[in-house]
Amino acid sequence: MLVRTENLKKHFQIGRNQTLHALDGITLEIAENEIVGLVGESGSGKSTFGKTLVGLHNRTSGAAYFRDELLPAKFSAADHLHYSKQLQMIFQDPYSSLNPRMTILDVVGEGLQIQGQHSRSQIKEEVADWLNKVGLNSDHMSRYPHEFSGGQRQRIGIARAMIIQPKFVVCDEPISALDVSVQAQVVNLLEELQQSLGLTMLFIAHDLSMVRYVSDRMAVMYLGCLVESGPSDEVFFDPQHPYTQLLIESNPEPDPEHERSRQHIPIRGEISSPVNVSAGCRFADRCPKALDHCKTVTPKVTKISPDRLVACHLFE
Amino acid sequence: MSETILEVQNLTVEFATYGGNVKAVRGVDFHVQQGETLAIVGESGCGKSVTVQSIMGIIPMPPGKITAGSAKLKGKEILGLSAREANKFRGVEIGMIFQDPMTSLNPTMTIGDQIAETLMVHRNVSKAEGRRKAISLLEKTHIPEAEKRAAQYPFEFSGGMLQRAMIAQSLACNPTILIADEPTTALDVTIQAQILELMQELQRTENMSIILITHDLAVVAKMADRVAVMYAGQVIETGTVNDIFYRSAHPYTLGLKVAMPSNQSDRNKRLTPIEGSPPDLFSPPKGCGYFARCPNAMKLCEDHQPPEQIIAKESNHTSRCWLQHPDAPSVDGLHQPEAAHAG
Repeated sequence: MLVRTENLKKHFQIGRNQTLHALDGITLEIAENEIVGLVGESGSGKSTFGKTLVGLHNRTSGAAYFRDELLPAKFSAADHLHYSKQLQMIFQDPYSSLNPRMTILDVVGEGLQIQGQHSRSQIKEEVADWLNKVGLNSDHMSRYPHEFSGGQRQRIGIARAMIIQPKFVVCDEPISALDVSVQAQVVNLLEELQQSLGLTMLFIAHDLSMVRYVSDRMAVMYLGCLVESGPSDEVFFDPQHPYTQLLIESNPEPDPEHERSRQHIPIRGEISSPVNVSAGCRFADRCPKALDHCKTVTPKVTKISPDRLVACHLFE
Repeated sequence: MSETILEVQNLTVEFATYGGNVKAVRGVDFHVQQGETLAIVGESGCGKSVTVQSIMGIIPMPPGKITAGSAKLKGKEILGLSAREANKFRGVEIGMIFQDPMTSLNPTMTIGDQIAETLMVHRNVSKAEGRRKAISLLEKTHIPEAEKRAAQYPFEFSGGMLQRAMIAQSLACNPTILIADEPTTALDVTIQAQILELMQELQRTENMSIILITHDLAVVAKMADRVAVMYAGQVIETGTVNDIFYRSAHPYTLGLKVAMPSNQSDRNKRLTPIEGSPPDLFSPPKGCGYFARCPNAMKLCEDHQPPEQIIAKESNHTSRCWLQHPDAPSVDGLHQPEAAHAG
């Protein structure tokens, strides 16, 4: 396993006696060269999980390993320098994640510059090389982010992460700010890079069809917990957890005949607050199949087939 | 055939900027029938929002300017009306909801008062009566504990609940048309499904027409009766939802369809992106707007605007593409009833 978490928790203190349970015990394994898709509604903790893995959040408890090496709970400056060679992140919003006052050369080359092992001219060469690899023109180096379109900025964000040649990349909603025609360009680029560089990726998104298409395995989060994980096609076409079932039923398909023939009851209610949560299944209040003890007893993770896990009382 | 409620012809809108005039909408035609849903689909910047905002009379003028065209609501011209005249149909005959309910509602007024205000302005009711009606409207959009919610401010609502409140407000005067500009783009799929089903339910009970603006083909497939696909300020294909999805007659429509993963598709197959980006509307291309990105472009397309070609008369399926000309070569995957013989 390249990356592994055990019972990873991240709580935020938000005032007196108020704790926001952003991550409540995530156990997930990501094998080398694998793309794992992470889906869930906003507020389920997807981004927090990604950021905690690369050290942008300090974890509250639990463990995270990179190549069997325990990652520090709190990254020091030296840790960041050390691990950023291996762990990188691509952010959702290409408009706010690039410093508007830095040229593209500085944005993309900053990682190398901080590593301090390259001369200025070497950095320039590398940046030019990477701009070409992500489909931009190397002449664009002296321009500023505002001169680029959304799709181009996302390519810049990708070049910035990849120039370090990391082993593991967290892609946090890398395409949700882009138009459909451009999404495919960026997804294809990510897949090409993943194959040519032997990357391992955590692909966070809320577009279920895209996650199923991109990732080898899929993990579904709800209110800080993993409710189901397994091979993408299996989870997508044969969801077991009631939440996954409803989530996939809510996902419309670009096929009018199919949409007209579907009899579907949208999921009730909305995701509840992650502040001061009590024991019991997090989904119990919206679950159509909830039993009495779902509200009081936290469900255990059950292995329903060799590589499928479900956290639900119905399977215990 | 049911009654035509809204008919838009040759709508042309420009914006004056320092860089020159942006030709945002370049001769758009469409019509909406009683009780149907028309989806206007396209990428950011294709002019879909400007089109409906021009009809509503809510683009800022200047810099905006409607340089040509007409929009007739039940036969009556609504473009170029004075603010006073426009207020008689705006929010009354045509209701509108926006993408981001958080910034479209007044943060300093309670939800109930905002809905009541609509009724006080347009229907001349008292404040107490307006509030009472506001609560029943909130109930109609299935907001639980409507009475308590009516006294709350927008920040106390979640995104999905705010969108319901906006729908409630837009329904206050029983509009004949509801314009929904990307109503679910900011929402999660589960909440999106709830809002879309609410819109369908209200369309049935109120017998409204809906103009749905979206970039999401899956939402179109679920909601639309007819579709207008826009690109670079023009409607490039229009037809029934089945025409658009199963008999795509424009390479752009076809390109959008293959650019997204379908749930049946093989995961090992690459997506086919549309290369490049849309043209600069400061100086729109002389010929077809899609020429630079079109995989099937011909020499002719560069300098000559394709005329609107009728693909199927009975369903009003049209396409603005030279490949629909009887002498054009046939293209794999493209529906070309007239043109297939050249090869």
